[in-house]
Amino acid sequence: MRSGSNGFRQALRGNRKAMTGAVILLVFTVVAAFPGLLTSVKDPNALLYPPGLQPSGAHWLGTTSLGQDIFAQLVYGTRQSLIIAVVAGAFATVLSVLIGVSAAYLGGIFDDLLSMLTNVMLVIPAFPLIIILSKYAGKGSLTVMLAVLVATGWSYGANQLRAQALSLRNREFLESARVRGERRSYIIVFEVLPTMTSLIVANFLGAALYSVLSAAGLQFLGLGDPNSSSWGTMLYWSQNQQALLTGMPLWSLAPGLCVALLGAAFALINYAFDEIGNPALRPVRARAASKAGIARKRGQRVQRAESQ
Amino acid sequence: MRFLLRRLGFFLLTLWAALTLNFFIPRFMPGSPESALRDRTRGKVSPAALEQMLASFGFKPHQNLLDQYLTYLGDMVTGHWGLSIGQNLGEPVTTIVGQALPWTLGLVGLTTVMAFVLGTLIGTVAGWRRGGRLDGILPPIFVVTSALPYFWVALVLIMVFSVWTGGWLPGDNTYDNTIIPGPSPGFVASVLQHAVLPAATLLITSIGGWILTMRNNMITTLAEDYIRMGRAKGLSNPRIMYGYAARNAILPNLSGFAMSLGFVISGAILIEYVFNYQGLGYLLYNAVQNVDYPLMQVLFMLFTVAVLVAVLACDLATVWLDPRARARG
Repeated sequence: MRSGSNGFRQALRGNRKAMTGAVILLVFTVVAAFPGLLTSVKDPNALLYPPGLQPSGAHWLGTTSLGQDIFAQLVYGTRQSLIIAVVAGAFATVLSVLIGVSAAYLGGIFDDLLSMLTNVMLVIPAFPLIIILSKYAGKGSLTVMLAVLVATGWSYGANQLRAQALSLRNREFLESARVRGERRSYIIVFEVLPTMTSLIVANFLGAALYSVLSAAGLQFLGLGDPNSSSWGTMLYWSQNQQALLTGMPLWSLAPGLCVALLGAAFALINYAFDEIGNPALRPVRARAASKAGIARKRGQRVQRAESQ
Repeated sequence: MRFLLRRLGFFLLTLWAALTLNFFIPRFMPGSPESALRDRTRGKVSPAALEQMLASFGFKPHQNLLDQYLTYLGDMVTGHWGLSIGQNLGEPVTTIVGQALPWTLGLVGLTTVMAFVLGTLIGTVAGWRRGGRLDGILPPIFVVTSALPYFWVALVLIMVFSVWTGGWLPGDNTYDNTIIPGPSPGFVASVLQHAVLPAATLLITSIGGWILTMRNNMITTLAEDYIRMGRAKGLSNPRIMYGYAARNAILPNLSGFAMSLGFVISGAILIEYVFNYQGLGYLLYNAVQNVDYPLMQVLFMLFTVAVLVAVLACDLATVWLDPRARARG
């Protein structure tokens, strides 16, 4: 049952998909932390160069029609995407855990109210709501975007975690903790949560993927901060300046590729993690049926995030 | 029966929550229709005239908020959706929505069904030939494609099939504007041509999810006893694969399919935006840009209702197909 962090390490070591994902993630992390390693440009948004240069030794990906180095923008943009993924993913996961697990564990009227809230948020189309929210909530600052992503991103995980916690509720080790006279908060934090680590980690990866894609989409539509350094903002300006039609395709394609790579990294780790922790993908029958549902839902989450 | 009543209650509650969000979000946030209109008319129209104009469109900012809210709820439900105060100033919202709806339904609807059918078939075969070549290659590829940003795939397709090939396939609009719309072969061909790239974008990014889930469901199902029994009876492989395994493996996916049908109407906003495809998603983008309250409210309501109807239909189907669900309620 306690396959948490051990299983995670195992998943990373033995699985080629997980390795690929982890390597991509590591590269992006290094780039985000030390942009100076890859480019000598200090301010990626400064208009320093002749506009519309083709790729060359001096400008690996050319320059924008405004005269910025595209490669430098790409390098500096990494940080914001990673921050959005990690921060929004983490906060959404914490909310999912709080709401999902307390609903299951407290039961009764609390459960009714909390799962009602979860279900309502699940059904309301998230991306249109995000668009409307971010248009009005102050011109697309990072904090606003994070808040919006967390507000729309928690319900999926909460639903899953509630289901898992419900199935745990009457297990013996919890019964024994109750008999020992432990407080509820203690039981939830030290007995219930550790057994759910793998699902929580998977939820974090899903929420991070959702946040990266949604944020890039929002910025692409021009609903982010147009002066920030991020891949989505690059996409916005390149679309605004019709980069595809004016012979600067790399301006559009490169930041999109980075979003795709970061998304793929999260998806690959998530799937690999699933394969290790989910016996449905191995020829074992007894536990297969119950876990298959979780795997299926996870696939749908990605679809849901995307299909809007 | 109690189960259905509960679901119906959920339907109404969610609808109310969505409508309420929809009403209060724009009103509690910066930006107003007046300032948006002022910006658009670039100060050529006097503030008094603007206000009068808005009032004639049924916009009453000075009215008590509760009254506004109640009127709004009533209007949404009864279909009095008002006049647009955005790009098509003064046009009834129903007309605008009516013009965009068929495009979204056609493009996104058909593509969603296609992705589901194709993905399910491929997933069935991949799961059946567990450990085969197909099963080895497909999962990693589709894990990646389903994590690709929609709009980026769209950009790549436009790049390759429209820009590089000198306009081989159109990457813009719903049909060639030089053709008069009507049931002529030329118009139909133009519509189809303009749908190829957006449809391909949707297909590429959404098919992976169906393949993976179907494959995983198949693998679970193939371990069941009734499959072994089918084999023992000497049934043909296709019979076991489709009649026994796939038939059961597809069941858990049906509710996901219902959900995604519900999301059809909110369209693929980003795709419609990239391709300037004048469906409902594109409309929402424009409504938000122009602070067109009436249009925004109606669109968001329609999006929510579509999902709710899909979920409700799925519940009904489940109750009808599965007696256990009836008993549980």
